[in-house]
Amino acid sequence: MKIVGRAHVYGDNIDTDRIIPGKYTKTLDLQSLADHVMEDLDPDFSKNVQQGDIVVAGTNFGCGSSREQAPLALKTAGVSLIVAQSFARIFFRNAINIGLPIIEVKDFTIAPNDIVEADLINGTITVNGETYIGTKMPQVMVDILNEDGLVPYLAKHNNYHL
Amino acid sequence: MGQTIIEKIVSNHAGKTTFANDLTVVDVDFVMASDTTAPLAIQAFEKMGGKAIWDSTKMALVIDHASPAPNQRIASLHDMMREFATMQKIKLYDVGDGICHQLMIENKHANPGQLILGADSHTCLYGAIGAFSTGVGSTDLAGAMLTGKTWIKVPETILINIDGALQPGVSAKDIVLYVVGQIGIQGATYDAIEYKGTTIENLSLDGRMTIASMSIEMGAKAGILHTTGLQLEQEFEHILPDKDAVYKEVIQIDATKITPQIAVPHSPDNVRSIHDVEEIIVHQAFIGSCTNGRLEDLHEAAHILKGKKVHPNVRLLIAPASREVFLNALADGTVQTLTEAGGTFLPAGCGPCVGTHLGVPGNNEVTASSTNRNFQGRMGNRNSNIYLGSPAFVAAAALNGKISNPQQYYGGI
Repeated sequence: MKIVGRAHVYGDNIDTDRIIPGKYTKTLDLQSLADHVMEDLDPDFSKNVQQGDIVVAGTNFGCGSSREQAPLALKTAGVSLIVAQSFARIFFRNAINIGLPIIEVKDFTIAPNDIVEADLINGTITVNGETYIGTKMPQVMVDILNEDGLVPYLAKHNNYHL
Repeated sequence: MGQTIIEKIVSNHAGKTTFANDLTVVDVDFVMASDTTAPLAIQAFEKMGGKAIWDSTKMALVIDHASPAPNQRIASLHDMMREFATMQKIKLYDVGDGICHQLMIENKHANPGQLILGADSHTCLYGAIGAFSTGVGSTDLAGAMLTGKTWIKVPETILINIDGALQPGVSAKDIVLYVVGQIGIQGATYDAIEYKGTTIENLSLDGRMTIASMSIEMGAKAGILHTTGLQLEQEFEHILPDKDAVYKEVIQIDATKITPQIAVPHSPDNVRSIHDVEEIIVHQAFIGSCTNGRLEDLHEAAHILKGKKVHPNVRLLIAPASREVFLNALADGTVQTLTEAGGTFLPAGCGPCVGTHLGVPGNNEVTASSTNRNFQGRMGNRNSNIYLGSPAFVAAAALNGKISNPQQYYGGI
């Protein structure tokens, strides 16, 4: 499973309030989330983001709330992958559960608009000819991601298989 | 090999002995969602093919984040929750009942030794009574609603020993802010935290809940207090770690040295001593949230504000954590004291803490708040600043119109 996209680069500790402010979260209309995604951090993000783009961040991406609207807003806006040095725990699970691929890579050099190529099976990313090796995901998460999220996974298996 | 508290609770729910870093499927004792997370969870549950939840006695829904509904769109989501609760015969706490985590403890949905999932990050609060409770997203919750189980990676545990008597005017919030400042906003990511020591043993249930709630502010999966000294109405078994339990790290804290602690914008781990931030002008003061909206917190504020008036340039807002908290504060005169001082009571619920509605600060305004997060935009306006501290800190700021040391109202600085 390979993903190729253009990078939007952010720093450390991007919290869920900055990914999608609480005032927008009370909705089932995912497009309305995408319209406001990242607006307190980068007001132009929702205008600039294109289908297939990749969000790149430092450590602890998605810290704060359990709101699944955060990864949903990014996915609906067209984001195909998040690469970060580390993720907050709940965000990490939420992204997998809704079928948004993520890769944790401790050290990399990526500039805005760089083209990032990711290999989800091997957990690697390649940028400007350099390949970086990420943290291996637990098999249960790979299985959930392979089914495109926890909803189809449980609809099919009706239980968790470790 | 000995086990930590978390390893023991997980083992009890996995049906086998487990240790840190094991992956396992566990039975859950109870699940909960609020109006931020329940609508998506209900939708996910139905898409999974769910017809009836695994056990209708083991779930509660709470309308607390935008309560009462500030607009038609949110009113429709609340109705969706009410319909689901009726159809599934599950408990629903409606407008004004209170904050989900407070209600889980008050109504004994959460009990010591249990394993509980809540679709809200502050679900880690039930560690106050010795439960392993953790926050999940809506789809994870839907999975538990369907199966009565979830999968987890057993966390490593950081042990924090806190010993000694607190200075007058210093409370549980100052302890946990001090700890968050030490560990940092990602210092306990994927880990659990155990809190023990003589300081913890002497805390009330209210204070214990304050400490457990902010474990998520260090990224922790769970924060659990030793139940030594804990008084509950229900009988319970104390689950304590084995003497040879293995910890990732052990931290020793001398509580006698802790002064009032303040988290400055825009992160809960930007913690300073009160002495570093005195004199900053405050426009809004808020007492509430799952972290500090309980009776003990309102008493702290009333101690400082009794017979006085809040500063004319400050709006003091108070949201009790639950209807029960409000009724108790009404009965003992606290509501009258705080209202006479110029405070405004809001409905029991989350309200201003999460920026959904009520108490949105103006541009360039400063809010002194007893809540748990001061991320940029948290209270609904990115162009404002939030300072976090104890209810005594908030009351002192409201009284003086600027950040000032609450210890002066406890016989010393």
